[in-house]
Amino acid sequence: MTAEQGRKERIDRGIKVRADSIYALMSWRELSYLALPRLVLIAGLLVIPLVMPSMYWQRVISIVCIYSLLALSFDFLAHYVGLVSLGGAFFVGTGGYIAAILNKSLGLSPLFTIPAATLGGAAICTVLLLPCLPLRGVYFAIVTLMYPLAFARVIEALDIFGGTDGIMGVASFPNQWVEQYFVIAVVLLLLFGLRRLVNLDLGLVFRAVKDNDQAVRASGMSVTYYKAVGVFIASALGCLAGACLVHIYMWSGISQFALDFSILPIAATVIGGGGTLVGPVLGCLLLVPLSELLRDFGTLRIVSYSLILMGFVVIRSEGLMVYGQRKYHQFERWVKV
Amino acid sequence: MTGEPILKVRDLTKAFGGVLALNRVSFDLHEGEILGIIGPNGSGKTTVVNSITGFIRLTSGKVFFRGKDITGKPPHKIADMGVTRTFQIMRPYYSLPAYKNLVIPLFSPRAKRTGGWRGGGRLGDRNTVGIDILEEIGFERDSYVPYKLASTLPTGYLKRLELARCLALKPEIVLCDEVFSGLSMSEIASMVPLIERLQMEGITLIMIEHRLRELFRVANRVMVLNFGEKLMEGTAETVMASEEVKKAYFGSEEVEEVMKHA
Repeated sequence: MTAEQGRKERIDRGIKVRADSIYALMSWRELSYLALPRLVLIAGLLVIPLVMPSMYWQRVISIVCIYSLLALSFDFLAHYVGLVSLGGAFFVGTGGYIAAILNKSLGLSPLFTIPAATLGGAAICTVLLLPCLPLRGVYFAIVTLMYPLAFARVIEALDIFGGTDGIMGVASFPNQWVEQYFVIAVVLLLLFGLRRLVNLDLGLVFRAVKDNDQAVRASGMSVTYYKAVGVFIASALGCLAGACLVHIYMWSGISQFALDFSILPIAATVIGGGGTLVGPVLGCLLLVPLSELLRDFGTLRIVSYSLILMGFVVIRSEGLMVYGQRKYHQFERWVKV
Repeated sequence: MTGEPILKVRDLTKAFGGVLALNRVSFDLHEGEILGIIGPNGSGKTTVVNSITGFIRLTSGKVFFRGKDITGKPPHKIADMGVTRTFQIMRPYYSLPAYKNLVIPLFSPRAKRTGGWRGGGRLGDRNTVGIDILEEIGFERDSYVPYKLASTLPTGYLKRLELARCLALKPEIVLCDEVFSGLSMSEIASMVPLIERLQMEGITLIMIEHRLRELFRVANRVMVLNFGEKLMEGTAETVMASEEVKKAYFGSEEVEEVMKHA
């Protein structure tokens, strides 16, 4: 049918009533309509390690999860707190080194080093970022970009924490399955946890800070405090990713302050759809294996990588999940005029 | 009025570079009254609000709230004490529905401590209280206005939302920065009783307005600013009768012109 014969009708599926957060579920069909996408995601992530052809690709899935955590952290900060962070490398490096040092010098098992690195690293990152929190604008992005560069140079120059060789012989996870399912479970838990958080009253305050910090001030709340809490949550995610990464590679070195950890999560967020939280995870699921496939092309890898990114920015800049969610909640059909 | 004023402003001075936006402005605000502040554009009205609520740093001068010096405190501390403000250019949280806009002030330490408007800060479900406050302030619940995204609301509702955000904190003083501007006559007509009701609830108000007719209806006292200086202060009648005020508004030659035609 063409535009002369009819028009396209866009119909809301009608499950969301009045507001985003209120659902009226009348039947099993509507219930499954809401539950299915979530179940597919959970089941899909749990099954992936089983269907991977080799150990190598199973390891890739673990790395996907590490990047997913970083992408979640970026998406949360950028779209719910309003701070654009380039600090993926900063968080990974801090968390990674803390886990490695705790494991090597104190002999703690990953069971303890991972939580300790998560909380301790988040505290360190938050304190270091505190000075630029009262400011608006690009300062936060610049400072988060600066710290990993500075840390890498300091470690190199002072030859501390193993210097350029890094810390070797860090304990690994008991076996590959524990490793994979641990990181997958962490990603799923934090994904749904964050989605819950941003709709709680506390999460609303974060979103308000992003929308209009002056009005939050006028409501008797310290914007800096809530930004700090947001940064703590995001850096905890990043440090957790770093700690897991160190135990997966059994090594910690200055390459953990490499900018890949800052840039790839942002690319994944662009592809997956910012502000959806699940989008960045899917973005990582596409991008990380893709960059593994392109490994054979050597340095040309970056070129094809950038082409894909460019394509997404030009053709579908809103991202896959934003597009997908819109299509899922509304359907279109042609009707005769 | 008798008793210690709730807000004492002494020698408020604010210089932006070489421009004196406010020059030694002093006034008292008594509990339960409505003080109108009028003056031509650029006379420093909004600067008064900004400096009392801590959004700008004063060059010199002091502000006392209930006898306590609040000069130089950060805005959130001042709001936490109960001195709240609306913004002339509305600042809602555009990405949130209207009622979620009120969850934020209801979540604030002050609302948790004092209970907030109608006890909403202490209840578990702030969403419901938010909708109640919005209904009270003129959002039609039956047509689902409270559920609409703030970015889709027209000016009239956004002005009310600004007031509602202050109310949710259970304020002692509300500084209204042009809540009538940009509204239609019928919208203003419905705002006036709302302002009167707030006064009856015991809230002290400072109202900055250009809509003099409506302001004079509600204000107990009016202060006139001109070029950052206090021109005069008095009841609506004395201000309206003053030659000086007419000169400030229309310029000295035009007053004669207007008087001739009157």
